[in-house]
Amino acid sequence: MSEQQNSIMQWIDKRFPMTATWKAHLSEYYAPKNFNFWYYFGSLALLVLVNQLLTGIFLTMNYKPDAGMAFASVEYIMRDVDFGWLIRYMHSTGASMFFVVVYLHMFRGMMYGSYRKPRELLWLIGMAIFFVLMSMAFTGYILPWGQMSYWGAQVIVSMFGAIPVIGDTLSNWILGDFMLSDAALNRFFAYHVVTLPVLIVVLVFVHIIALHETGSNNPDGIEIKANKDPRTGIPVDGIPFHPYYTVKDIFGVVGFLIVFCGIIFFAPEMGGYFLEDNNFIPANPLHTPDHIAPVWYFTPYYSMLRAVTVNFLGVDAKLWGVILMAASVVVFCFLPWLDRSPVKSIRYKGPYFKFALTLFVISFFVLGWLGTKSPTPLYTLLAQIFTVIYFAFFLLMPWYSKIDKTKPEPKNVTK
Amino acid sequence: MRMIKFLLLAVLLVPYIAYSSSEEVKLDKAPIDKADKESLKRGAKSFVEYCLTCHGANFMRYNRHQDIGMSDDDIRTNLIRTGQKTGGLMEAAMRKKEAEEWFGVVPPDLSVIARARGADWLYTYLRTFYQDTSTYSGWNNLIFDKVAMPHVLHNLQGWQVLESGTKNLVQAKPGLMTKEEYDSFVADLVNYMVYLGEPHAHYRKELGAIVLFFLFGMLGLTYLLKKEYWTDIH
Repeated sequence: MSEQQNSIMQWIDKRFPMTATWKAHLSEYYAPKNFNFWYYFGSLALLVLVNQLLTGIFLTMNYKPDAGMAFASVEYIMRDVDFGWLIRYMHSTGASMFFVVVYLHMFRGMMYGSYRKPRELLWLIGMAIFFVLMSMAFTGYILPWGQMSYWGAQVIVSMFGAIPVIGDTLSNWILGDFMLSDAALNRFFAYHVVTLPVLIVVLVFVHIIALHETGSNNPDGIEIKANKDPRTGIPVDGIPFHPYYTVKDIFGVVGFLIVFCGIIFFAPEMGGYFLEDNNFIPANPLHTPDHIAPVWYFTPYYSMLRAVTVNFLGVDAKLWGVILMAASVVVFCFLPWLDRSPVKSIRYKGPYFKFALTLFVISFFVLGWLGTKSPTPLYTLLAQIFTVIYFAFFLLMPWYSKIDKTKPEPKNVTK
Repeated sequence: MRMIKFLLLAVLLVPYIAYSSSEEVKLDKAPIDKADKESLKRGAKSFVEYCLTCHGANFMRYNRHQDIGMSDDDIRTNLIRTGQKTGGLMEAAMRKKEAEEWFGVVPPDLSVIARARGADWLYTYLRTFYQDTSTYSGWNNLIFDKVAMPHVLHNLQGWQVLESGTKNLVQAKPGLMTKEEYDSFVADLVNYMVYLGEPHAHYRKELGAIVLFFLFGMLGLTYLLKKEYWTDIH
């Protein structure tokens, strides 16, 4: 660094901890050296978030949050705005890829026990991000004002109506009308472009601060801070995030962009999973589509909502469905306390946990697939079975994780 | 009471039966080539001639057809029939209010209909109209039961009737075109409607190839960069 640059940095550092921040979070933040493929998805989630924020700004410039004009304004973006189609596909593909990346990020946490002490709060902040992300997806999907936007939102808002006593008042309060209409479109637009993005950016910031406080977990699930070089005080298994993980993540980003751009340029509808066919028909409050399915990332929960078909304990089946669906997402928050295994990582956990996690993943996929289908008696039965398996993974965890046969953890991280 | 239950059940089953019966008809694969600009031009001409009277394509501008190799003069002489400027939107000739009086519904906008229905559905739909005296317009359709739209292309295709008790259509009266001519006419029209659904689709793929080519190059470079930095980590 030249002398001049040095003096500029000194000037800044006296007024703002620039060098100290750079060191604490990048050049002297020590991350375990054994991160594998699964550790790309944190930085990729950040990339997709930035993509959503930037493309969102340009969409907002041309979109009209008006029930009479919304659908046409989206097509205006697709046709008449220069590269509007690209910006819109980046945003719509980004929404789905956000969930892909976040689901893989969460799965990584479940495999390697990243939610365990001392990272419980980090996990909970992550769950808060996930809830905000779901709200973003929901409010954003309404905006094109197509048939699926309209009727998908109708289904979700009607769930609030299932809450006893206050249900109807609550859903009217949310919608600002007695039915889904322009008023709701306007307020969902406001949430989608102002409230929720601000929330998610703040939460992501807090998530990273919490991560850098505890330090990253790793595929072995051991604490690298427990084994420090006595001379330097640096973890033996740690390497500076910058430059090692910055260059590695850049490679990951390019790999991700190949998939991302492959979808944007060659299959933006992704066979009807990322952009549903019916959403190319303008919203018609008088015409319910034959088949209403949410976008793929909500289908596992939607299956569980539909799985309850009997009234139970004097409570309506529909309300049970809503409760079950809410529980299916909230239950992730309890993982840090449900897991009683003496080890964190799946590498040292026993057969019970591996079996349970495999069943959980299968049930997540099966429920997701069932959520895209019209219910038949067979499908409903399947949804019920896999809902039980889904919840059993969580609720039986204190038991099977405790009696499981674990392997001893190594002292140092392994490849 | 039993009667009411039975009726309720019947009413509930009707949409199900209607739905499943319409599903029985297999969709024909639309023989279209999205890169065939001559086919797209023929389709565009038929579209403005036959569809645009009642349906609009309100999100599409006439001058966008430069994409498929039409000059402004071509567009003015061959496509525009409503006296609009070339930068204008492809609006229906008919007023919405009149349409509603005549057909009971406003004919849907066709700008993105191919994205909603798919090419195969459109190709099958436009070829499976048949005479049905029980409907308001006198026409019915194999894959869109009791459709409000009459068979606009009947003078080209001729009249078809349903063979009783089956899902087979038989030619009752010949049209101006043979079956092969009509199929290829509809294929051009559907090809055009697919283009209309996403005019940038062709350019999108061209640009995508360049972007991916660049990214694969970057993948190699960033891999080497990572490897270089990580040589001292064991």
